[in-house]
Amino acid sequence: MEVIRSQKRTVSNDVVSTPTLPLYLTAPHMEVRLEEFELFAIDRLRVLKGVSDGLARARNPNEMDDLVETLWKEHMRLSNVSEMINKDIISHFVLRLVYCRSDELKKWFLSMETALFRHRFRLKKIEEQRAIVGEFGLPYKAVIGAELESLKERLGLVARSHGQISSDGTCNMLYFDPMFTLSHLAVKLVPFLMEKFLSFLSFAVENIYYKVPFEEVPDLVASRRVLLQKGFAFVAGTQLVSLVVTQFRSHLSKALILTNRKWTTTIREREKDRLTPIVEALSTSYLGPDYSQSNEYADISLKDIDQVSKSSFPLCMRHLFEKLREDHHLKHGGRMQLGLFLKGVGLKLDDALAFWREEFTKKVGSERFDKEYAYAIRHNYGKEGKRTDYTPYACSKIITSAPGAGDHHGCPYRHFSEDNLKAALSRMGLSSRGMEDVMDKVRNRHYQLACTLTFEAVYGTSCDTGINHPNQYFEESQKILKSKTPAAPV
Amino acid sequence: MTREETETSGEDMMIDDPKPKIENDFNVHYLRIYYGNLFPYTDIHKWLSYGHGTCLFTCLSFFLSHSLKSFKNASLMEAAIKSNFPYKIDIGAVYSVDPDKRHAYAQSGTNLFTPVERELVFDIDITDYDDVRYCCSGADVCSKCWPLMTVAIKVIDTSLREDFGFKHILWVFSGRRGVHCWVCDAKARRLTNEQRSAVAEYFRVYKGNENNAKKVDLMGHSLHPFLARSYVDFLKSFFEGELQATQSIFSSKEKYEKILGMITDEDIQADLRGKWENSARSSLSEEATSLLRWEQLKKALQSKRNKALSLRTCVEEIVFTFTYPRIDLEVSKQMNHLLKAPFCVHPKTGRVCVPIDPNNCDEFDPLAVPTLSQLIEEINSGGLKMDVDDDDSDSSLLGKSIKFFRSSFLEPLLKSCKEEIESSYKTKIAKTKDSFSW
Repeated sequence: MEVIRSQKRTVSNDVVSTPTLPLYLTAPHMEVRLEEFELFAIDRLRVLKGVSDGLARARNPNEMDDLVETLWKEHMRLSNVSEMINKDIISHFVLRLVYCRSDELKKWFLSMETALFRHRFRLKKIEEQRAIVGEFGLPYKAVIGAELESLKERLGLVARSHGQISSDGTCNMLYFDPMFTLSHLAVKLVPFLMEKFLSFLSFAVENIYYKVPFEEVPDLVASRRVLLQKGFAFVAGTQLVSLVVTQFRSHLSKALILTNRKWTTTIREREKDRLTPIVEALSTSYLGPDYSQSNEYADISLKDIDQVSKSSFPLCMRHLFEKLREDHHLKHGGRMQLGLFLKGVGLKLDDALAFWREEFTKKVGSERFDKEYAYAIRHNYGKEGKRTDYTPYACSKIITSAPGAGDHHGCPYRHFSEDNLKAALSRMGLSSRGMEDVMDKVRNRHYQLACTLTFEAVYGTSCDTGINHPNQYFEESQKILKSKTPAAPV
Repeated sequence: MTREETETSGEDMMIDDPKPKIENDFNVHYLRIYYGNLFPYTDIHKWLSYGHGTCLFTCLSFFLSHSLKSFKNASLMEAAIKSNFPYKIDIGAVYSVDPDKRHAYAQSGTNLFTPVERELVFDIDITDYDDVRYCCSGADVCSKCWPLMTVAIKVIDTSLREDFGFKHILWVFSGRRGVHCWVCDAKARRLTNEQRSAVAEYFRVYKGNENNAKKVDLMGHSLHPFLARSYVDFLKSFFEGELQATQSIFSSKEKYEKILGMITDEDIQADLRGKWENSARSSLSEEATSLLRWEQLKKALQSKRNKALSLRTCVEEIVFTFTYPRIDLEVSKQMNHLLKAPFCVHPKTGRVCVPIDPNNCDEFDPLAVPTLSQLIEEINSGGLKMDVDDDDSDSSLLGKSIKFFRSSFLEPLLKSCKEEIESSYKTKIAKTKDSFSW
């Protein structure tokens, strides 16, 4: 892949020949515009994060199929098919660079890309699936002739052991169940025989069996969905997804190791002024709006702020706010996290100054406040120094912060002890059942999901996009509350 | 693997007693003699080297020091064991770097000390069958319940060979109440954790805990061929024969209620319960009663077989519950799990962990396995040091086991390793001959 700055991109020919589900076996020879390098990767990252969210919510395979289809349409679709394939391939290879750099990143990327591949594969028709199997260059042949004859009965037993008698084309051979009583037969004879005959035909046509070393299909072996003989598994055409996904994962795993090697030895240094900063930022990137410009929902005045903190603040900000009111002080980390959040919520600079002054002067006095703290607040609003208008922190940044002694910033789902978190959640109004769900997510380290569940419990609605920014929590909450009582301040 | 506590019996030295009657068959002095003269170092080292002449990165753990060790050759391993006299020796995986030096390789981001190869292992422990054996419980085992292990060996061994195609399989008595299985084919040693997990799950049928009455659920319209073969070849006859004789699982109300609980049809339950309560004072023996009631149960289920799918497999489910192997899944799933080495001595029983011949496992008696004190007495009475490398050692207590280990396991394994090394060497040569590029 060659990254260029020119406006036009030369369309390469060797991409279009692949079917619509690329296997990413080799890096393509194509030119990529610098902007596309980053943008394509971000779009794919949205898809992968959506997949991650779906898996964390324990969606069943059919739900995941639908989710993947929706995510792909939303983020990866382009008007031109070959453009779409290009974007698919480019984004995958860029993300390989991003996610090869540590064991943890590799593991996440491998899981998500494999899940994405699995569900995209499942959405394909069977002829396309077979073509993809061929693409992998797998040396597995279909079982035919005398060997197939000797296995037929047992293959039928395997299929029946998983309750497959319906005639949906995946059904099995003509197996006559000796348990049927005579009367049963008499009533159902004709349609029964027709059904069996048709299913026999479809077996003959649809159910090709591949002879595969058992190591290649561990999930089929584990659930006893295949016949085993002398180290080989007999995989039905309808079970191809298992075979292919194992191959995909194993190939990608090895590729990531190689990519990491190339990255650390040559690419990182060579690209340190161009691609490297993009790559390094991508793995921690937050992908939503940045809330640096507050909108009309969010204008709040000082007199409402206490009430609003109880009704619409996420737990992290509520905690900081309460501690500020309690101690009349916050350390630097807390000031930054809460201060920027309030800016995003719509607190104007003058109101902000008044707010912080009101609290801090209770402890440090007015003169010290002006001298030591006011400047920083103005700085946050871009009125001092290099006049950068700082953006409020996203969840990813807050979760990775490290509050020390005396600090109250950070993410309570991550940084609080279990007891403290439960107490805080009950103050927010969660029932013990709701709390258990949240704690379960916390124990599995899905902190943002825990916050999302809290949101859903508090407001009684579902939040499908998931919370990934405190200001998002605030805005969504305000929307719900305003729709319930439009006149009164909430 | 059963992590067992050691005995602190270091001070029981009774060598001055002319006829040592040892309460505890296991003490440090005897261990010393055992490891000094009887433990087959060369054979074990040959095995773990797999034809390479060295087992440099194999992780061996000695219980005393709990340190991980690896050995370049048999005599180094021998010297280390002789100087440590460990209570037990566990064998782990072959690692990517020398286990002794693993701390030096610790780095952030990527872990270089990773397992590379490891036999596929299984651990079957009779305590996992406590809910279906009435003669013993816990750590005890007797001739009535040991046959459960025999059946387990047959089922698993057959499947490993027929279904998975493995050939180099070693079954070892665990020393007290179970068996271990070491599958040593090259393909097996290179399995990933995920693949090992798949094999373990393939063997898993019993999914029980105190909360469910029915712990085996064979759904579907037929049994998978593996389960069907196990049932027809081993489980059915064992259940209807030996098991009834030794356990009489229908003979008392408490016992048969457990089985009735597995039948999902309440009418059948009530019907059978009624019959059996009434015949409680029959003159038949326990065994005969049990068999009769089993026939009655089968007949009752047969007549209602078409009414519900769950009734169709009920008979098989009951048989599987009582007889099908229950392996410890966690032992098999991870490469880094340590497992007790063959030919070491069990701390609690003093028995040697001898190999079991799967083709003759009916004849194996766990209570007849040589103990440490028996072996020592044999040496004392013989007056000579036993030389394990001596081919005439057939007559000694341990000699037979060592001979079996060598002839039916080690030699075929080494032959196959040699063939593999040679063929991979030939392929390498062929490759370099063909290409001149570099």
